[in-house]
Amino acid sequence: MSIWEYANPVKFIRTTDKVLPYISVGAAVALVGGLIWGFFFTPDDFRQGSTVKIIYIHVPAALMAINAWFMMLVASLIWLIRRHHVSALAAKAAAPVGVTMTLIALFTGALWGQPMWGTWWAWDPRLTSFLILFLFYLGYMALWAAIEDSDAAADLTSVLCIVGSVFAVLSRYAVNFWNQGLHQGASLSLDKETNVDDVFYQPLLLSIAGFVLLFLALVLLRTRTEIRARRIKALLARERIFD
Amino acid sequence: MIAILIRDLRLAVRAGGGFGLGLAFFLIVTVLVPFGVGPNSEILKTIAPGILWVGSLLACLLSLDRIFALDYEDGSLDLLATAPVPLEGVVIMKALAHWVTTGLPLVLAAPILGILLNLESSAYVWMLASLAVGTPALSVIGAFGAALTVGLKRGGLLLSLLVLPLYVPTLIFGAEAVKRGADGADAGLPMMMLAGITLACAALLPFAAAAAIRINLR
Repeated sequence: MSIWEYANPVKFIRTTDKVLPYISVGAAVALVGGLIWGFFFTPDDFRQGSTVKIIYIHVPAALMAINAWFMMLVASLIWLIRRHHVSALAAKAAAPVGVTMTLIALFTGALWGQPMWGTWWAWDPRLTSFLILFLFYLGYMALWAAIEDSDAAADLTSVLCIVGSVFAVLSRYAVNFWNQGLHQGASLSLDKETNVDDVFYQPLLLSIAGFVLLFLALVLLRTRTEIRARRIKALLARERIFD
Repeated sequence: MIAILIRDLRLAVRAGGGFGLGLAFFLIVTVLVPFGVGPNSEILKTIAPGILWVGSLLACLLSLDRIFALDYEDGSLDLLATAPVPLEGVVIMKALAHWVTTGLPLVLAAPILGILLNLESSAYVWMLASLAVGTPALSVIGAFGAALTVGLKRGGLLLSLLVLPLYVPTLIFGAEAVKRGADGADAGLPMMMLAGITLACAALLPFAAAAAIRINLR
């Protein structure tokens, strides 16, 4: 199995026909399971009380917001280098999902920040860089929407995605330099001895898995929609020629 | 390539080129801010570095769509793309012309506007230096944005949406350098970061911009 086979839209649709139901059901099960476990069967934090439970939405959404952009970058590179049409459409399909994840992370963060930090918003490095990421998503989607020719749109948005990635990373460090933050350090990391306590950690992992699967399902679904939309356009164009 | 630079400068200075428009805009923004925040000179003193930087950034943005749009409309961009000069070179020269007609006047006008905003006297050197080092990056990034949107009918608003997030690092380091200069602290580090951004943008972005132009001319 290689990704090049799926440059053929028919093959892509046939395969996702079989895979999509499993991914969707998996996403639903993991999300419902992780959130119920997290919301109702974990103890309150001794300082944060029950507000700590927002972690089960906030952390996975933030994680997916960044990874969605990264996935768009990889898909854009694949399109630019090998003219893999489905890859370009997948990048287009991922952007609205990514921007939603960014908004969820920003809003849940504000909801948590109000009781804990005493403010909805602070110009903290992490918050600010997420706001900038949000602007990058908006620009990317606006450029897709503005260009009529679909191949030119795919090319230009890919170039924007690559340049934007460099500037997004640069902004992240610039913002760090600009202001010291309120936001706590990473809740999860692979190389650290102590993460959050196991009681919180296990449901968190489950809800992260749920968000990953949800993202995958939505992107596949939207890519299929894009393929079909393009096919309709081609059919209409052909009818116009033969009429 | 020098010929392209001279041609662009001439076009900008002559009637209808919009030379000085950015400068006037910069002046108006700086004059409007005290109306908004009040004439308290202490407040103006603390926000002056930020106002001057944001003002020059917006003034720069104003004339960006002129970099390629007019040449695209009358077809000279096609000629430039097929000319023996590499398109990357054309892009950097056009960005340079944009900087000379927009960025450089802003740099020279900033100290005068600094007086209006009661800028700390120790900050003037850093104000001049940071704008002189930072505004070329604004022109090059802007040229990239203009290259992306050159084929669009109404690309102006989209252009600002694309370009402004890319301006964030330049703005942060530029305003930080002036702020540190005003506080009497060492502004060397943000200045070095700013210079690094400018040099990296000038070295790499013309390739991305030229690629975007080729796609748009296809």
